[in-house]
Amino acid sequence: MSAYLSFEKHIRELENKISELKTIGQGSQVDLEEDVRKLQKKLKRLLRDTYANLSPWQRVQVARHPMRPYTLDYIREMTTDFVELRGDRRFADDKAIIAGMARFEGMTVAIIGHQKGRTTKENIERNFGMPHPEGYRKALRIMKLAEKFGFPVLTFVDTPGAFPGIGAEERGQAEAIGHNLYEMSILKVPIVVSITGEGGSGGALGISIGDRLLMQENAVYAVISPEGCASILWRDTEKAPVAAEAMRLTAQHLFELGVIDEIVKEPLGGAHRDPKRAASILRRAIRRHLSELMKKDPDQLIEERHKKWRAMGVFGE
Amino acid sequence: MVRLWFKKRPFSKVKDSKQRVPRGLWVKCENCKEMVYKEEVERNLKVCPKCNYHFRISAKERIELLVDKGSFKERDASISPKDPLKFKDSKRYMDRLKEAQRKTGMKDAVICGTASIGGYPVELVVFEFGFLGGSMGSVVGEKVTRAVERACESGTPLIIVSSSGGARMQESILSLVQMGKTCAALARLSEAKVPYISVLTDPTTGGVSASFALLGDVVISEPKALIGFAGPRVIEQTIRQQLPQGFQRAEFLMEHGFVDMVVDRKVLRETLRRLLSLFENGRRAWAL
Ligand SMILES: [Zn+2]
Repeated sequence: MSAYLSFEKHIRELENKISELKTIGQGSQVDLEEDVRKLQKKLKRLLRDTYANLSPWQRVQVARHPMRPYTLDYIREMTTDFVELRGDRRFADDKAIIAGMARFEGMTVAIIGHQKGRTTKENIERNFGMPHPEGYRKALRIMKLAEKFGFPVLTFVDTPGAFPGIGAEERGQAEAIGHNLYEMSILKVPIVVSITGEGGSGGALGISIGDRLLMQENAVYAVISPEGCASILWRDTEKAPVAAEAMRLTAQHLFELGVIDEIVKEPLGGAHRDPKRAASILRRAIRRHLSELMKKDPDQLIEERHKKWRAMGVFGE
Repeated sequence: MVRLWFKKRPFSKVKDSKQRVPRGLWVKCENCKEMVYKEEVERNLKVCPKCNYHFRISAKERIELLVDKGSFKERDASISPKDPLKFKDSKRYMDRLKEAQRKTGMKDAVICGTASIGGYPVELVVFEFGFLGGSMGSVVGEKVTRAVERACESGTPLIIVSSSGGARMQESILSLVQMGKTCAALARLSEAKVPYISVLTDPTTGGVSASFALLGDVVISEPKALIGFAGPRVIEQTIRQQLPQGFQRAEFLMEHGFVDMVVDRKVLRETLRRLLSLFENGRRAWAL
């Protein structure tokens, strides 16, 4: 584990100590196995305590962890025969969104997801997972393809937001997102949305209209980034932790507000500590929801999806 | 008719919005910075006689300007906002709401109802920018959705006049999902083949532009209205570049293919009437 978060100081110390002891143990006659086991037990407890009591801002840090699994990691862990499909057939291919077909639990599915990079080079190519209009149009193209041939759609949501740039505005970022919301609401095949990291505003929503919304326990989802909210309402980006608290952006909050259907567990200490296991837990959740949805005919599916979205919001009358 | 109304009540009740024409005999135009005679601006439907800058007008003024006299019947006026997140920044959301309600005399940022334009019935939704920047939270989403549903049921064309900074931060995720909810309703309207005309006024950005506002069968904008997804300041900060002249203005969007026409306020009503008559005439021919 390379990158520790600021609140993981004690975890880092303990993990360092364990690996130190292991190294010493290998080179000497002294048996340190018992000590290592003790420390590992302590580490587990520490991880459990820390991660059970994360503040919303700490969750934001976990959701943005550079080692957190991304769409391509989930594709690799959950599917076989993945074929990436590129381009919106209008202007370009946007590498901030991955799209394609694969085999999931024996079924052919369409997969769409934001993709961040891990290295600087990758991040430049992926634009830090911030799509341009072409990304949303490619996503829609693949969803329409899925509809035509009857495959369900799986989406993976992890973006700081749609990219705020000149080209993005010239080519209709707003229209591209709005158009996706509209089309996804009447797509005749099941859509299962998994929020796996940062659910950043309209940029996340643009591939998030579905029959089921699953959210990993350390993912976040809000109308604007905590920094953006802090800069507008507090006029101070330093207030991001306070804004994160105020926006109720955690999976638990979204579940209570009736926005998501299920909170998906992560391995102890976050998905980045065990990506394989994170993928396996998420895969099982997706499979369960998908098998329920596959039993419905398209009319029923769309009717229920409509009802689900129609009911969102809190007001008095 | 419109002129008369402006003489009677020359100012909206909204007092502290910066974009309003201030009191006094002369006013300074926001755009050309010229001093213009206030009465002339009023007579000109709050459009600068020197440079054609369209001052922001209130939702109530907008309705008076567009519909046949006495034809407007408000609907869903009793829907009111709540504070499900118990949101507080420097002020409580509840206090901000109360202040906006007192200032505008409205419960939230849209007025909805039925009316007629040149004799053609319409379902009308009009945004009030003076109410928390016309932002969309649960109430706006619900009222827009109900207007769309009424249009769908009755077959009456829908007109939405937007003026909004986007989704309302104080309801966070609940505001964001209103984008999905309103678009889902619009998809049904489209399947029912009921016309939807979207009128964009200054400004239409964020979650409103990225949901229903740019999805009209016909999209009209007032001149020089700011229209876009991200705000200009955010873009400037991100790309560290000055934005080109006219960027994200109505004319720019028309140039790039996202707006059908840029229409002066004084001919907006006539433009809508003509479109409504064409849709109606087309529908009748189809039915024959
Ligand atoms: Zn002027």
